Amino acid sequence: MQRSFFPRDVFAELDRLQHEMQQAFDLSPSIRGAGARGYPALNVGATPRTFEVYAFAPGLDPARLEVELDRGVLTLAGERHADLPAAETRHTVHINERFAGRFRRVVSLPDDADPNGVTAHYRDGVLHVSVRRREAAQPRRIAIQ
Amino acid sequence: MNTPTSSQTPTANRDAQAERREPALMPPVDVIEDPSGITLYADLPGVAREQLDLQVDGDTLTIEARLQLNLPEGMEASHAEVGLQRYRRVFTLSKELDTSKIGAELSQGVLRLRIPKAEHAQPRRIPVNV
Repeated sequence: MQRSFFPRDVFAELDRLQHEMQQAFDLSPSIRGAGARGYPALNVGATPRTFEVYAFAPGLDPARLEVELDRGVLTLAGERHADLPAAETRHTVHINERFAGRFRRVVSLPDDADPNGVTAHYRDGVLHVSVRRREAAQPRRIAIQ
Repeated sequence: MNTPTSSQTPTANRDAQAERREPALMPPVDVIEDPSGITLYADLPGVAREQLDLQVDGDTLTIEARLQLNLPEGMEASHAEVGLQRYRRVFTLSKELDTSKIGAELSQGVLRLRIPKAEHAQPRRIPVNV
């Protein structure tokens, strides 16, 4: 069963229900399953000077995170190892919901993203990428003569 | 680790109920059992140690946490997959678990809880006399 990351969100619940219905009635579901929301979850925002991307990717080694900005496309990739025991007979896995494996998420940024002004921080399991906007695109007050 | 609270005033109780109704994210978890206890991993990205609240009340384990991102001033969100600032998940523990010896670690947004089984519930090898 697919579980929603947003259980109290009515729309997310309806979305999940719809996916389950589709899975039940559709004889050819996607080979990658019904993962409507990928890992890591992303929040994206902008200030007048920067674009800000937050990736909710807990439990990663920051040294092995790949952050790349190529022609306005920001790519976040990496791998998360499972904390499950390796095929040991004396362990029982009761719940297994956490993501494990390779992941890759891509965000297309507006044209004024400056590839030379990218900073990335990883704290408390959140990767924060800040991309500067080019000077020319920043709002300027035009003096009226 | 907070101490369990059993006696509550009616107001505190109402507050707790209101708190419970406040929408929260359900963190994904892994629960693994071995002969000596249970290990629980929960994904709580964006949660610092001070923002995490673990409570055991009777046989109920409650994980609650606040998400803090320190967003830059004047940021306008254009796309949000995580739309709430709070995590909450409740589990019912079984009798053989020793709630007085729960160990908790929080590292890079992953909570690891170790709940050992009480001594009398630990597996013992019985020697066979010949």
